[in-house]
Amino acid sequence: MIAQDPQGADRRIVFEDVSKFYGDVLGVNRVNLSIPPGITSLVGPNGSGKTTLMNLMTGLVRPTRGRINVLGIRPDEPERLFRTLGYCTQFDSFPRGLTGHDFIYSYLRLFGYQHEQARQLTERAIERVGLSEAAGRKVAAYSKGMRQRIKLAQAICHNPSVLVLDEPLNGLDPLIRAETIALFRALAAEGLHLIISSHVLHEVDVISDQVVLLNSGYVVAEGQIHSVRDEIEEHPMQILIRCSRPADLAARVFREDCVVEARLHPDGNGLLVKTRDADRFYLALNRIAQDGFNVESVAPADDDVLSVYEYLVGTGESTK
Amino acid sequence: MSASERPWSLWAAQTAAIMRLELKKTLLARRGLWIYFLAFAPVFIFVVHAYHQLRTGQVGDIGNDTHIFAGIFQLFFLRLAVFFGCVGIFINLFRGEVLEKSLHYYFLAPLRRQVLVAGKFLSGLVAAMVIFGTSIVLQFFALYWYFEPATRQEYFYHGHGLAHLAAYFGVTLLACVGYGSVFLAAGVLFRNPLIPAVVVLVLEAISGFLPSFLQHISVIFYLKSLCPVSVPAAIFMDQGNPLAFLAVNPAPASAPAAVLGIVILSVVALAYSGVRVRRMEIDYGTE
Repeated sequence: MIAQDPQGADRRIVFEDVSKFYGDVLGVNRVNLSIPPGITSLVGPNGSGKTTLMNLMTGLVRPTRGRINVLGIRPDEPERLFRTLGYCTQFDSFPRGLTGHDFIYSYLRLFGYQHEQARQLTERAIERVGLSEAAGRKVAAYSKGMRQRIKLAQAICHNPSVLVLDEPLNGLDPLIRAETIALFRALAAEGLHLIISSHVLHEVDVISDQVVLLNSGYVVAEGQIHSVRDEIEEHPMQILIRCSRPADLAARVFREDCVVEARLHPDGNGLLVKTRDADRFYLALNRIAQDGFNVESVAPADDDVLSVYEYLVGTGESTK
Repeated sequence: MSASERPWSLWAAQTAAIMRLELKKTLLARRGLWIYFLAFAPVFIFVVHAYHQLRTGQVGDIGNDTHIFAGIFQLFFLRLAVFFGCVGIFINLFRGEVLEKSLHYYFLAPLRRQVLVAGKFLSGLVAAMVIFGTSIVLQFFALYWYFEPATRQEYFYHGHGLAHLAAYFGVTLLACVGYGSVFLAAGVLFRNPLIPAVVVLVLEAISGFLPSFLQHISVIFYLKSLCPVSVPAAIFMDQGNPLAFLAVNPAPASAPAAVLGIVILSVVALAYSGVRVRRMEIDYGTE
């Protein structure tokens, strides 16, 4: 689990042995998670179970087995859950004929808000996602990025404590993407739970407090990105050494017990070393460097989500 | 006061919000134009009939026209226009949203699913009554407007005119309630709700020949019992009309039993729909 804190169950999103099957097709299997406040990213390729996990925690689908609890609320109580939670789905369809403003305003009226309050909340949410100028236009005429932002406005308009965002950066141009990431950080700083899914790994890498790595319906790793890396002891860590004589250095480091593999970097100016014990290797490298190797830099080559993910699911290797 | 302390007022506000969204979609949808054609076809027929009578200088017979109205009301308006109109309106309340992949808009709101069912049903009912209620009033006046003013006034204010109009309006309302609840349930329960709609159509057509207990779960059985003027079935049969069996109503229910029967049927259909919608998952991928 990401963190053990049974006392704070009402402040966490908890999955207990949750499985979901669509007929014979596996959605997710035996998921156990306890997600604290902050930004948590669900990372995995298409079909890994990210959206299923989000749909489960928002009650859009029901678990075949297990229990889910969102800040003390069961997802099958939408009348309570959605006062606390906002969900920006991947569904790219909208009720017919609505403008951006109507889309949010009508949604807020479903909460029971009176006209004036709904209007104010609508305008604030639309302003927050930078769509004020387009609010009077029909959603059907919006670009992909604008539709993404109006969905984000829908998710945040009622000031929820939990935000579930399914691929929220999809279709956003770089400027809007940066603004949206800043908005996520601001919301997390306000103490919200943000659950973000993505398969564009470098995006979530920089904004996440925690990551949950999924593959084929299973949680393969979870925790802070560095902790996740430490969890994977059976997988060697890759280190990139920039130096003047990488071929000689390769021959030298390969004598060390802790080194699993050493090979030249594709650009010819460095050495990629795989080791099962990074601390021992760094000590050994200090010693080796004194033998006349001109070592310019030493850095982990795979301490990001992409590399960890590739290690875990065995789809490739990082060569940063 | 919080929502949980006064749920009825919250539910009323939420129902109103649902109706605002749904009415616009139902009444102004281009794909629903055929419902208007069906609903207002009798108005057109009566206007043409009245115009023909005026042009040829014929004197109308209110008694005869009343039977014509009863025949068109029962054989066309109830069985076809209202029936298929309700298929078009109520089946799409949920099924249409699943096909358009927009049902999650409601499912993401803090809304009891039963309130959603009630709100959508009321929206459908209001839309259906705006269309069919307007039609029945226009039909009535279209049929009788060519009579002499004195004859008309006598019929409306001293005869059965207004009572009949109220009765037809009430039967139309009950038809929309009964068929609406059945077709809303069909839209929730079936992936292809046109199949149950056809089954209901056949059952309604042969309801006069069904065993008594089966007649009591048929909407048309109660509606025919409430119509103020019977269709002259004997005339149809004498003429060997193959549709004569549609006019058969051998053992009509009393008015209170008929109203109660439709209300119970509708409450059962809506309650079951509420349970199913409460458990409904969003899984557009399988559609």
